[in-house]
Amino acid sequence: MLQALADGILSGSIIALGAIGLTLTMGILRFANFAHAELVTWGAYMALAVLAVTGTFMGPIAPLSFGIPLILAIVVAAALTSLLALAIDWLVYRPLRRQTNHLTLVFGSFGISLLVRMVILLIFGGAAQYYSTALQIAIPVAPGLRIMPDQLFTLAVTVVIVVALHFFLQKTRLGLAMRALAENPELARVNGIDTRAVVRWTWVIGASLAAVAGVLYGLTIQLRPEIGFHLILPLFAAVILGGVGNVFGAVIGGLVIGLAESLAVLVVPSGYKMAVPFLILLAVLYLRPTGIFAGTVGGVK
Amino acid sequence: MSTPLLEVEDVVAGYRPDLPIVQGITLKVAEAEMVTIIGPNGAGKSTLIKAVAGIVQVSSGRVRLAGAEITRLPTHRLAQAAIAYVPQTANVFTTLTIDENLLVGASTLAKGEARRRMDRSYENFPVLKEYRQKKAKVLSGGQRQMLAVARALLTEPRLLMLDEPSAGLSPLMVSEVFQRLKALVEGGVAILMVEQNAKAALAISHRTYVFAEGRNRIDGPSAALAQDPQVASIYLGAGGRKR
Ligand SMILES: Nc1ncnc2c1ncn2[C@@H]1O[C@H](COP(=O)(O)OP(=O)(O)O)[C@@H](O)[C@H]1O
Ligand SMILES: [Mg+2]
Repeated sequence: MLQALADGILSGSIIALGAIGLTLTMGILRFANFAHAELVTWGAYMALAVLAVTGTFMGPIAPLSFGIPLILAIVVAAALTSLLALAIDWLVYRPLRRQTNHLTLVFGSFGISLLVRMVILLIFGGAAQYYSTALQIAIPVAPGLRIMPDQLFTLAVTVVIVVALHFFLQKTRLGLAMRALAENPELARVNGIDTRAVVRWTWVIGASLAAVAGVLYGLTIQLRPEIGFHLILPLFAAVILGGVGNVFGAVIGGLVIGLAESLAVLVVPSGYKMAVPFLILLAVLYLRPTGIFAGTVGGVK
Repeated sequence: MSTPLLEVEDVVAGYRPDLPIVQGITLKVAEAEMVTIIGPNGAGKSTLIKAVAGIVQVSSGRVRLAGAEITRLPTHRLAQAAIAYVPQTANVFTTLTIDENLLVGASTLAKGEARRRMDRSYENFPVLKEYRQKKAKVLSGGQRQMLAVARALLTEPRLLMLDEPSAGLSPLMVSEVFQRLKALVEGGVAILMVEQNAKAALAISHRTYVFAEGRNRIDGPSAALAQDPQVASIYLGAGGRKR
């Protein structure tokens, strides 16, 4: 039970990171980007590629399974994932945005998600891979509860990112511009905001968070080309639960989905785990379509 | 006459290339002049203002500000061209605080300058100061209009364009808004304003344009138009246009 709670919070925090990026891009670009989960996979594999190039110079840091190279890999992976997102926006979404039918964009993103997954499969193969083959020993923290240092690292990273993002959205000019754009793009332009630049930054932030989520997933579970496929439903469920555009809501949504998945395994066979976010999604759409917290970018209140 | 501040010359514009809404409009606004546009619903008044603001596609014709061509200027560069625009609806960010609304309006200014001008707006609009940390959605219609105007003035524009600033306001609030606009014009700002109340428009402005079906049909000094039987029969029937 305690173990299931801890596992749920851990996978929930990874879902939350992915969901924050998705909720921001959905709130600001106003379409359901099905390719977002593939950015998570892409980020995870880009970090693997960086590690393959740099090698594991300098050993791991104390109890963690990794060292400076992985930290470096996260940063490079975030940059490479941002580039992919910007390229997709430029080549595919920008021309499609001129279409009046919003579904065109949604289907476009569906196509992109398949394409990205196939490219990853082609380059890296379908077998599960790991950043480090070193075995990590879980530390017993309480009776019946064992946690690996990497998992604590994952939690810490999530907390730091959520706090930093909140500060960014509330206190900086770019954050304010993003909130203005999310509410009313035309009025934002009238106010002198270059909305195309803000859209680019939105992609960079959303993609970077996706990449971090991917690396943390690869670190605490494993790397597979289907990471995105398995995350797509939990991500959307978390975003809709929290209210589209609501960063704080996405965090809570992610934790709820993560916990629900891991607690469900206590009562139903684990094969049904994937149905849990789907059921939550249906319940939310039925009971409260705007999400638990009505969505405004950066909104908490 | 010296070069007018704003010159709109044969502008054709619309929401789709194959469907022009504004069909060849020409108008001028001089420095520190108040010009109103009146006309029936759907005449293209709002569309013309949006065309000047770069929101609606201009397919032919020219727009000049103080002699410099600004046709198809991207909307976010309006402020640099010394133009401010207050849309008719959704003209404040309801999810942002009053202070944040003004900060957004000061996007193009350096931080220190932005803060200085915002402090000045709070002096001019004490209501806004009182609510500065509140979300704009708590403001009444009149207060929102004040916020929208205060925000537009932050960039110290030479031309202020307003779309039906009096719509939906109480008579008391309307006269307050109009007093403020008059004071601005006396201070040297030119105003181009769409106004649904023809009588009020003719009373407050120097000159008026009457639009119908995407063209300007009649124009001239407001005082003269108020006497014009043609205008009177269309708009001033029973003390103002019926709605
Ligand atoms: N966003 C829009 N998209 C398409 N057509 C529009 C849009 N806004 C207005 N129109 C059309 O343009 C015409 C003129 O509208 P508008 O300029 O708003 O008139 P006015 O402000 O004079 O009442 C109307 O026929 C209206 O249906
Ligand atoms: Mg109008």
